[in-house]
Order: sequence, then structure tokens, then C-alpha cells
Amino acid sequence: MTSVDVGLEKEVAHTSRGGGRRRRRRLGDYLTRWLFVAPAIVFVLVFFGYPIVQNVVMSLQDYTTATFYTGIAPWVGFENYAKVFGNPLFVTTLVNTLLFTVGSIVFQFGIGMGLALFFKRHFPLSGFLRSLLLLPWLLPLIASAAVWKWILDQGSGALNQFLGLFGVQPVPWLVSPSLALIAVIGVNIWLGIPFNTTILYSGLQAVPEELYEAAALDGAVGWKAFWHITWPSIRSVVSVVIVLGVVLTLKVVDIILGLTGGGPANSTQTLATWAYQNSFVQFLFGQGAAISNVLIVISLLFAVVYLYINRKGADE
Amino acid sequence: MTATQTMVLPTGAPANRRRYTRTWPMTVLGIIFLAIMVFPVYWMINSSLQGNSGAATTDWFPFHPTFAGYEAAINQQLPNLVTSLIVALSTVVLTLVIATPAAYGLARFKMKGMTAFVFVLLITQMIPTIVIANALYALFNDWGLLNSYLGLILADSAAQIPFAIILMRAFMASLPQTLVEAALVDGANNFRAFLSIVVPISKNAIITAALFTFLGAWGDFLFALTLTSTPQVRPITLGIYNYLGANVSQWGPVMATAVIASIPAGLLLILAQKYIAAGALGGAIK
Repeated sequence: MTSVDVGLEKEVAHTSRGGGRRRRRRLGDYLTRWLFVAPAIVFVLVFFGYPIVQNVVMSLQDYTTATFYTGIAPWVGFENYAKVFGNPLFVTTLVNTLLFTVGSIVFQFGIGMGLALFFKRHFPLSGFLRSLLLLPWLLPLIASAAVWKWILDQGSGALNQFLGLFGVQPVPWLVSPSLALIAVIGVNIWLGIPFNTTILYSGLQAVPEELYEAAALDGAVGWKAFWHITWPSIRSVVSVVIVLGVVLTLKVVDIILGLTGGGPANSTQTLATWAYQNSFVQFLFGQGAAISNVLIVISLLFAVVYLYINRKGADE
Repeated sequence: MTATQTMVLPTGAPANRRRYTRTWPMTVLGIIFLAIMVFPVYWMINSSLQGNSGAATTDWFPFHPTFAGYEAAINQQLPNLVTSLIVALSTVVLTLVIATPAAYGLARFKMKGMTAFVFVLLITQMIPTIVIANALYALFNDWGLLNSYLGLILADSAAQIPFAIILMRAFMASLPQTLVEAALVDGANNFRAFLSIVVPISKNAIITAALFTFLGAWGDFLFALTLTSTPQVRPITLGIYNYLGANVSQWGPVMATAVIASIPAGLLLILAQKYIAAGALGGAIK
């Protein structure tokens, strides 16, 4: 109570005298406003700003284990980039990254869309089933990787046990260089479906029911209604889901390291896991940083698209 | 409009019953879809209860359940579980302390620099974690934060703070301005108005942010992998990964550990469902 009184007194004091005091108070106000945000800004600068700059610096240096003891990292110009681009693995990882991303997104989105349309029909238990669907999304990624590694095990995994019932010979899902990438993409699709379904479902909920009623009068039902009403109405949600999906898929490391470690014979190595291998397995931090920067450039290209769509969505 | 009404209205009850008989097959189909999606979770639990998983075959159902897997998991992973709990809880505290005022500031004071900062926050969500880990390794080496709780807590908080801010800001921007202004007129300063009015009203948004921060820090794998290398500070995710590195011959303990590591996710899904759904949407669209 007393503090409120003091506050009132201050208020009275400054209205009566005004002038410099008021300006000082306004400046104080301005500063307190920034104080709310300042710690977050510092955190972002230290943990996002600095690493991005440091990565660029590192990619131009010969930065190895020795650097941590001697503190010496000689400048080598674009040598790291030359080594990375000259490495035949670069093309391999680039192609793998492309296949992994496109494969994951196409099926995550397709199946997610299908399930969202399915759940929109409100049948008994639909709400309950839809919330259970979130479970795979909430598990720690590495726990999911562990159980999938076990399911896909060649000798006694559940999938081969199941296929065996139909007389199929054990399939070397994670051991064969020609199958491993497909298996890893499959697991990543499984991971992405709950997220895609949830977001697309909420997008569908926002489409006014009257539109469908009006369209039904004109004979637009089923697929026709989908193409002429649903799709145009949720287009911005769709673009957000896809762009966000691409950016998040480019980041994936946990699942691949857990399932295959990038093998066999680098058949599941992507830019992200290759950057990890260079920095933290071979301790070639310079080259790891160079690969990371390639990854950043690709991600930021999509980020720009994302912000553009988001902004357009906000304007609408 | 009238046509659909006349079609629906007079028929009444029989139409209703017909609609239900048509929708029950949908429920069956829904259960089948869900069974496929949740099968890995079932298999995880099923295998964790069969001590000899990995030998010849695993039964489709734990007919002779044994807790040997859990015993082994607890024996080997208990310290790692404690580490995960310490890191995740501390991360929640640090993240909320920093993100809640920031979310409020960004929602209420629309100054020029702040709009730019919101954009920066969105961009941070796109930065691959491996990029951060790469540079943080060098930084933490200088600061002596490798293999430390503090290092992991800082890195995890950094990863979670932008999302937490984005999530809470969306809610706080929808609060009526008059609430806070009334308090300001009564002489409370901005901080006091924030603590006594904004925080209590925003309870749900803050809980949602806390849940997601916890899940994110609890499930963190890449920072644990890159910023720690000693058994003293080793989260449960790294414990699971270390099992996977070697050729696994006994899946019982691995799956038991995975089940234990998944308990927070399961609990949240049961106890805090509305928060989870809200968070999923908030993060993607706002």
C-alpha cells in the first residue's frame, strides 16, 4: 500500500514540475522496456550470433585438436572449402541430403494431409485418436531411433519377423547401402506425420463450413470441393508446413546417427551428419565449419521463403 | 442454403442414426492408422519386458514379462537419468526467467528494434544445431564449460529460448492493454505490473512454454554428444546412444532405457494434453 502512495506522490511531483524530470522519466521508461528484452538479446547474440560468425572464421582456418592446446589456428583462406568441394563425398552427401529431404517432406505431407482430412470428419473417438497420434512426436528422438533400429534389425527385428510370415527373406534394412537411406527416410517420415497432421488439421478447422455448404449447392463435393475450396483456403498453412518441414529436415542428425551413424559406406551421410563427422570424429573443425556453412546457406534460403510467406500471411 | 436445411431438418433422428452407422467404420479405420503409427511405442514397451529380446525371436506380446531389462537399465543408467533431470529442470528455470519478460516486452512495447528481434528469433529456429555445437565446442573449451552441467544448461536454454519467446509472445499480445494500464495508473512500475498481473494471467502460456522447454532439453542429443565426453555428465539420451554404438545383443535393457526416457513425454500427453496441442500450433504458425 505504501509503495502505491509513493508512486502516486512521484506522479504528482513530476506533473507539477514537468520539464527535464519528465524527459528523464521517459528515458527511464524507455530503458526499462528494453530491460525486459535485454537478457534474451544477449543470449541470442552469444549462442546464435557468435557461433555463426565463429563458424565463418573457423572455416577459413586450419582448426584442429592442436588448436585447443596451442590456441594457434593458421589462416588458410578457402582451402577448407576447396577440400570439401573436392571430396567425392560432397556430392554423395548433397544427393543424400536432397533425397532425404524431398522423400521425407513428400510423404510426411501427403500422409499428414490424408490423416488431417480423415480426422476432420469427427467420428466417434476421433479426438482421442488424434491426440494419441502426437505420442511419436513427443518421444526423445534418440529413443525413437533406438526402437526403430531394433524393429529394422535384420536377424530378429519385428519388421522382418512380420514379413517372414509371408515368406519374405530377411531384408538387410540398415546394413545394405542400397536400402539404408530408404529405411532412414521411412523412419523420418514416421516422425514427421504427427506434426504435419496437427498443423494441417488446424488449418482445415479454420475453413468456414458455409463455404462447403454453398459449394455443395453448386455440386462441388468430394475431390471437387477439396480442389476448389479446401486447398485455396489452406494454401498459406500448407506453405508454412512445407518450408518449415524442409528447414527442420535439413537439421536432422539424431535419427541418422542413432540408426546408421551415416553408414553403411556413407550411404546415409547427409550434410549435417558429415559436418558432425568432420568436426567431432576426425577433429577437422575447419572443414566441419565449411560444411556447416553450406548447410546454413541452404537453410537460410528456405528461411527467407518462410519469412516471406509468414509476412504475407500476417498482412492478409 | 435452404436446400441443405430442408435436407437435414425434417429427417431428424433416423438421419442421425444413419450418420453414426456410417461413421463407426471410420473409427475402425482410425484405430488401424493409429495402431500402425504407435506400433513402435508398443514394441518398445513389449521388448523392454522380455529379458531375452535379441535372441532368436521376440514374442508379439510379453507372455512372460520380466523386469530384468529395467533392472539392468536402472543399474547402468540411473546417474544419467539424474543428470538429464538436473539439466532439463534447470533449463526450464533459466529459459522461463529469460523468455517470459522478453515475450512480454516484445508483445507490449512495439519499438522498432523489437520487431527486428522477433524476425531474428524466427531465423534462429532455422539454424542447424550442428552449426551451434561446432562453434560452442571451441567457446566452451575456452570457458572451461565442456563436460559441465552449466555448459549443457546454457546450450539447451539457448536452443529453447527463441521458441519459448515466440510461443508466449503470441499469447501476451492478445491480452487487453487496459489491464496493465490500470495497474500503471495505480503507480505500479512496468516490472511490478508484469509480475503481479501479466504473469498470473499468462499462466497457461507459461506452462506450455515450460513443458516444451522440458521436452526439448530432456530429449537433447546433439549438445550432449558434442559438449560432453565424460561419464560424470552424461544425459540419458547419450546413454541410449552408447548402447546403439556397439552391436546390440540384448535389446531388453536398451528398450527399458528408452521407455524410461519416454516417461516424461507420456506423462505430459496424458496430464497436459491441451497445453501440448496449443504448443504444437503456436510454434508452427505464430
